[in-house]
Amino acid sequence: MSTKENARDGEKERTKIRCVKTMKDIMTTYYIDAKTAKENGKKVAWITSGGPVEPLIAMDVIPVYPENHGAMIGATKMGDDLCAKAEDMGYSRDLCSYARADIACATINGGPIGGLPRPDMLVCCNNICGTVLKWYEVQARYFNVPLFILDTPITHTDYSKAQHRYVADQFKNYLKFLEAHCGKPFDFDRMEEVGRLSLKGQKLWQAVLDTTMNSPAPMSAFDAFFHLALIVTLRGTQIAVDYYQALLDEMNERVSLSISAVPREEIRLMWDNLPVWYRTKWLSDTFAGHNACLVADTYTSAWCSSLRYLDENDFFNSMVEGYSRIYLNTGVDAMAEEVLTMVARYKADGLVMHSNRSCKPYSLGQYDIQRIVQERAGIPVLVMEADMCDSRNFSESQIQTRIEAFMELVRASL
Amino acid sequence: MEQFTRFHEVAADAAGYARQWKERTRGRVVATLCSYAPEEILLAANVLGFRILGTESPIILADAHLQSYSCTLVRGALEEALAGRLDYIDGVVFPHTCDSIQRLSDIWRMNVKTGFHMDLVLPADLTTQASLDYMTAIMETFAQDLGEKLGTGISREDLGAAVLTCNQIRSAVMRIHALRNKVPEAISGTDLHAMVRAGMVMDRNEFLSLVTPLADALEAEYPTSQFHGKRILVAGGLCNMPDLFDVIEQTGSRVVMDDLCTGSRFFQGLIEPDSDLFRAIAHRYQSRIVCPAKHSGIRARGEALVRMAKESRADGVMFFCLKFCDPFGFDYPYIKEMLDENQVPSMLYELEDSLAADGQFETRCQAFIEML
Repeated sequence: MSTKENARDGEKERTKIRCVKTMKDIMTTYYIDAKTAKENGKKVAWITSGGPVEPLIAMDVIPVYPENHGAMIGATKMGDDLCAKAEDMGYSRDLCSYARADIACATINGGPIGGLPRPDMLVCCNNICGTVLKWYEVQARYFNVPLFILDTPITHTDYSKAQHRYVADQFKNYLKFLEAHCGKPFDFDRMEEVGRLSLKGQKLWQAVLDTTMNSPAPMSAFDAFFHLALIVTLRGTQIAVDYYQALLDEMNERVSLSISAVPREEIRLMWDNLPVWYRTKWLSDTFAGHNACLVADTYTSAWCSSLRYLDENDFFNSMVEGYSRIYLNTGVDAMAEEVLTMVARYKADGLVMHSNRSCKPYSLGQYDIQRIVQERAGIPVLVMEADMCDSRNFSESQIQTRIEAFMELVRASL
Repeated sequence: MEQFTRFHEVAADAAGYARQWKERTRGRVVATLCSYAPEEILLAANVLGFRILGTESPIILADAHLQSYSCTLVRGALEEALAGRLDYIDGVVFPHTCDSIQRLSDIWRMNVKTGFHMDLVLPADLTTQASLDYMTAIMETFAQDLGEKLGTGISREDLGAAVLTCNQIRSAVMRIHALRNKVPEAISGTDLHAMVRAGMVMDRNEFLSLVTPLADALEAEYPTSQFHGKRILVAGGLCNMPDLFDVIEQTGSRVVMDDLCTGSRFFQGLIEPDSDLFRAIAHRYQSRIVCPAKHSGIRARGEALVRMAKESRADGVMFFCLKFCDPFGFDYPYIKEMLDENQVPSMLYELEDSLAADGQFETRCQAFIEML
């Protein structure tokens, strides 16, 4: 091996995020636990990614996330086949690719981990979209298990007392549902402890994301897409808290050693919408090739987007507002304001918006956000059309050309 | 049919009707986007409730705000607004239904000047007591807010009278639907389509004055049926309301029933007398067959359609849906399966907007009906 190659390998080793291995181990253990739940006398609930998981953890129910599974299916490039299988079952190709992949996967135990464990119950919170409601209806019919719906009306411009009461009533029903299906009374003391851990985890995750305010950024949005998994799946556990503390320490260490996600960071970009799971490496390399780092994104930060509404001393009741007022459950203008805040906070030179055919609540309105950001932040904005899990809706050459043109524009505007 | 002439006139130029109405009455027109906008409250506020559909013009301006993967109802409605063709509107009400309408409301509020803008943030789950309580509360708030915006206020008496009128309209329209089912040759699908369209935009008192005598006359004229053709049930989601009925009925078959938000569902279910009229309005929405974007149980829509197919003695079900309608897309496979289990043949036809002039739809229709 030449000295040059040795040096390159040494540099690669030095800049690698060490926590990646821990994360993989935790996720493996998590899925083994979930898949052996029945043998261990535990119940499994499938829950939407924006749903209140804390009461499940307090009741010792293992939460499983079809959306996280969808991301894994996308990242392992198994989305196309599973989506096509769903289309054979009669589902339109225009429907959400997570839902299509999951619906098909359930019938054949396919995908990267041989399918998710069979649910004992389903918990669907529609604060992220109306699609999950339909998707969970499909799975409730398929598995013939009880479905709990937490209906969180959108807060277009304001959050009304009536909707607060409505969601609060449903939280009470959620506890009754869990008590009925777990066969034991709800443990409020445990709930408060889980709530504290959830908040701690969310704050740590936000702190991790905030390390990218440093220039150069110690991690990129592509790293965040990976490290996000625990704040989604194990929110409310000590495991997530410990993990994000370790990740935060590592990021701070990288900052002090000037280790950056992109070797020669010259351009800082922000990402909007879900990742293009089957092309994250390609996209990461393409942007890095322009010495551009995606330093922040609206997606991974969504899991701490309602921190301001959560109360450590009254976690259960504060969940009502916290789960109602997440990023996606607000109006397009409120979303634009949030993007503008992030552009300023992370000093972004440009914004890349993934117009995601699978996600209408996230994508419709992007053109207006694009215009607002261009006008008010004065930075270039790229909208590229793709899909999060179905690569048949991804045109590499077209997107490459658009990224090239966009990068020229960003460079010219620096 | 002659009795339907007025409805055809209104349906052919709903905007022209609204403009004339406005000029004649000095009243105000409030646009709505779906059947979850409470007719009674609009009527009690003395405004013309006007359901807007898509556009018949090319979609150009809306493309700057909405991706091509949103349905033509949403894109078309925005196009009409941006092009200034809804200049007769004094306000718009967005009932919360699907994700696309939800985002259309935001985009509209941020870009369009069509008077006041109201979101009616309805529950999605229509099965619980909590949702009934919530819907009751927001109906009341909606009435108060609307009254304030109009500067008139809505009294209990106004609302009571409006409920009565709307119930009379619904009774008459459902009698006509029932007659169509009993004596399919009595009313053509196209006539019924025009009547339903007119019912969504006409002065409700004028509409009532036409529709009640029409029901009486048709019932008297057609006591029994000589029809021996194929009986078709039309279902799905045709929120932009194209008239497909002529093509279907040219095959010699008749549409005997429909489950469309732009069809019988708009008029389905009466408001039960209740001391709390807002609760009664909410209760109607919980009781009738729901839009696929709403939840009324995991098999409710399928069971309702099977029941409807049996009751209407349908030989087959024709599903129509707008491309990119996600709520319907998720329901279709299981509902089709339930129909299959009950030996009810069905077909699905997906539309971009109106019918393409390539004859494809005619061919599909003929093939399906021959197969029955």
